Amino acid sequence: MVALSLKLQDLIEEIRGAKTQAQEREVIQKECAHIRASFRDGDPVHRHRQLAKLLYVHMLGYPAHFGQMECLKLIASSRFTDKRVGYLGAMLLLDERHDAHLLITNSIKNDLSQGIQPVQGLALCTLSTMGSAEMCRDLAPEVEKLLLQPSPYVRKKAILTAVHMIRKVPELSSVFLPPCVHLLHERHHGILLGTITLITELCERSPAALKHFRKVVPQLVQILRTLVTTGYSTEHSISGVSDPFLQDQETCGGEEVQILRLLRILGRNHEESSETMNDLLAQVATNTDTSRNAGNAVLFETVLTIMDIHSAAGLRVLAVNILGRFLLNSDRNIRYVALTSLLRLVQSDHSAVQRHRPTVVDCLQETDASLSRRALELSLALVNSSNVRAMMQELQAFLESCPPDLRADCASGILLAAERFAPTKRWHIDTILHVLTTAGTHVRDDAVANLTQLIGGAQELHAYSVHRLYNALAEDISQQPLVQVAAWCIGEYGDLLLEGNCEEIEPLQVDEEEVLALLEKVLQSHMSLPATRGYALTALMKLSTRLQGNNNRIRQVVSIYRSCLDVELQQRAVEYDTLFRKYDHMRAAILEKMPLVERDGPQADEEAKQSKAAAQLSEAAPAPTEPQASQLLDLLDLLDGASGDAQHPPPLDPSPGGALVYLLDLPCAPPPPAPIPDLKVFEREGVQLNLSFIRPPENPALLLITITATNSSEGDVTNFICQAAVPKSLQLQLQAPSGNTVPARGGLPITQLFRILNPNKAPLRLKLRLTYNHFHQSVQEIFEVNNLPVESWQ
Amino acid sequence: MIKFFLIVNKQGQTRFSKYYEHVDINKHTLLETEVVKRCLSRSNEQCSFIEYKDFKLIHRQYAALFIVVGVDDTETEMAIYEFIHNSVDVLDEYFSRVSELDKMFNLDKVHIILDEMVLNGCIVETNRERILAPLLILYVRKLKGSIFQTTWIYRKC
Repeated sequence: MVALSLKLQDLIEEIRGAKTQAQEREVIQKECAHIRASFRDGDPVHRHRQLAKLLYVHMLGYPAHFGQMECLKLIASSRFTDKRVGYLGAMLLLDERHDAHLLITNSIKNDLSQGIQPVQGLALCTLSTMGSAEMCRDLAPEVEKLLLQPSPYVRKKAILTAVHMIRKVPELSSVFLPPCVHLLHERHHGILLGTITLITELCERSPAALKHFRKVVPQLVQILRTLVTTGYSTEHSISGVSDPFLQDQETCGGEEVQILRLLRILGRNHEESSETMNDLLAQVATNTDTSRNAGNAVLFETVLTIMDIHSAAGLRVLAVNILGRFLLNSDRNIRYVALTSLLRLVQSDHSAVQRHRPTVVDCLQETDASLSRRALELSLALVNSSNVRAMMQELQAFLESCPPDLRADCASGILLAAERFAPTKRWHIDTILHVLTTAGTHVRDDAVANLTQLIGGAQELHAYSVHRLYNALAEDISQQPLVQVAAWCIGEYGDLLLEGNCEEIEPLQVDEEEVLALLEKVLQSHMSLPATRGYALTALMKLSTRLQGNNNRIRQVVSIYRSCLDVELQQRAVEYDTLFRKYDHMRAAILEKMPLVERDGPQADEEAKQSKAAAQLSEAAPAPTEPQASQLLDLLDLLDGASGDAQHPPPLDPSPGGALVYLLDLPCAPPPPAPIPDLKVFEREGVQLNLSFIRPPENPALLLITITATNSSEGDVTNFICQAAVPKSLQLQLQAPSGNTVPARGGLPITQLFRILNPNKAPLRLKLRLTYNHFHQSVQEIFEVNNLPVESWQ
Repeated sequence: MIKFFLIVNKQGQTRFSKYYEHVDINKHTLLETEVVKRCLSRSNEQCSFIEYKDFKLIHRQYAALFIVVGVDDTETEMAIYEFIHNSVDVLDEYFSRVSELDKMFNLDKVHIILDEMVLNGCIVETNRERILAPLLILYVRKLKGSIFQTTWIYRKC
């Protein structure tokens, strides 16, 4: 005999009455047992009550899967209360991954065709929440029929169900596309809202639909205009009598927002639609009432739409100004959304957003975490070369006071911006130093490498940097990146430190012993990472050559670390110790100042290339003839002292045009004296072989020959191999060819490079042997190249 | 698209939850506790919008309850903020002076109301009368006190 089951309310009361988790679990388990027993017995009257209790328990997080079958039974029942709970249960308990969900397809189909509106509504609701692809396909015709029903209640739900179906099964978009235009004519708000969502979904899925719906842009514009100007339609009534007590603007801006979003999608990259929308957007932007949040929501959406379509410039400025106005609003939510929108705009309308920079910087002071994060991102995006100093000051002040989770972002952002826009090297070094002292633990790993590279490159600043770093280190040895850089600097430029005179900061008399003591402190401190210790040890070693005093203290420290537990440190110490003992004569050479390390960032490479090319262009262009004339004379000097009239020098082709062409080819090579003309050496049935010569001026004995094999015939050339032979006094090196097939009718030619070293300037002779397959025949040719230009070996 | 709709009280107990995208049941409690933690740590002067993983959370406090809605990137925060207010309005009208207990004991009705407003993550209806119409066919509106009471008294802290 099962005790009379509790009503849902009583159950909730009991659960609330439970004082501890364990008690609550007990109550629930007892109740679940009841429920399971009742399901087993199959009591139809109280089934819905049991399921309702089960759903409550499910919401609290307890397993409830045994109720799934009951859902099906309830859905199939004819009582409305049963159906309601059954559908609710289906939504919560069933989902696509369990096969049971397919069983309700039939029930849903029956319900949909029944014609009782609430029931249809329920079925549609469930279908749109958990409908799987198969279910959607089966039930698509039913839903389509419902789209055309007169009752708005069911129609609006059917439309949104259609949205879900399209998401699951994109092929169904063709089914639901035709009714859309018709539905737009409806005046019912719910239907409009649903239709807009449907059209948005269709347009996002397929470009064909997008084109189709561009035609309705005027209509949408009209609808939006009506909404904005009248603000309220008289459609808000249930039984045809409009209620005078209802408030205005029931819509909470939902439809306007949706329409604007759709307009945005339709207008993107499309001139015509954008133009139709321009007036309307301006109207909406100026007329919307901003005293209520709904108005603000609409305004934001308008701004975003203006930005995304091809709008007039005046409109864009208006949009940015609206956002600027929002930034000054007292409501935090509005400021947040304004910052987010500005962030999206900063890429496209940088200058307009710059105008609001002071406000944005003020927002950095916010206590709210979301706001300050947004403000930080936006500030970093707004940094450019003109405002970099002011911005950096603000950002550094922010860095000192900001919450820890933002620190890493802020530090890396500052470093990046400093790298891109630093006005002077000294300022750059200062900034990085400051960041390292304030937020040293949060910087990225390559900050250390960057800083050392930067300092190394700025020779005039060595003394300045080493002094500053020494001071910073003396105060605080806990920030690892700072300690590493400082240790490196002291090691490299220790002599400058001890000299003590640097005009940029007050002279500080630093004693040798102090420096050594500081480095030893770093070595011994438990806060130092192994890498830092390595830096410190190496710095000590370098100081042994830089300092004048005797090296006993250093030798002592080094020999202590020979037995250190850390393998890396031990290895270093042993090596350095050996350096002291056995190879003292080499010590000075090994430990001298490091050359500038090549920076391998891609950005720096590009800049380096561009600057080199620019430098060469600028020095080559004004005086092209002079340096080349002298170079040519030098060449001629090499040839038995003939003084320039032995041969007519090859045409001083180095007209600026020619020089420039060469410059752009080989950015790092200075312009060659004169181009040697190409030579065609072989031709057979459309297959041609060309030689081109280059003599790099820095190596007069070297000749580079590029052979190019082209094919203008109708058949492909395959297995192409070219071999060469030169006289004994020359050296020949063949590099790998670019391929061994030349496609027919002028396909991609094969190129191969020969390097010939001719130190004695012996006359060049070249024999070539070609083997290839052409027109299904194998061809072999051996020949000597005649008419080699004289410049190739002289 | 709205991903989920939660009503949580200050102690962190979930009073109502509805998910529009499938989340495993054991992940439910985890998600809810995380979300609640973030919302509770916000003071009143702070912004109502929080970022959490790939959702945005929009929350609003009403007396002892927090209503939290999680959305993805396509929705505007302000519109959802208004939507929350709208739904509380509707509940208020139905229950007249809705309180936490009302919501707890009439969970199924809250589900129905919300189903009328949101379908599969999209807002479908915002008009109070129309939302409550089907419900009124089934149940008589709960009236406490005077029949003609139409003031909605909820405290927004």
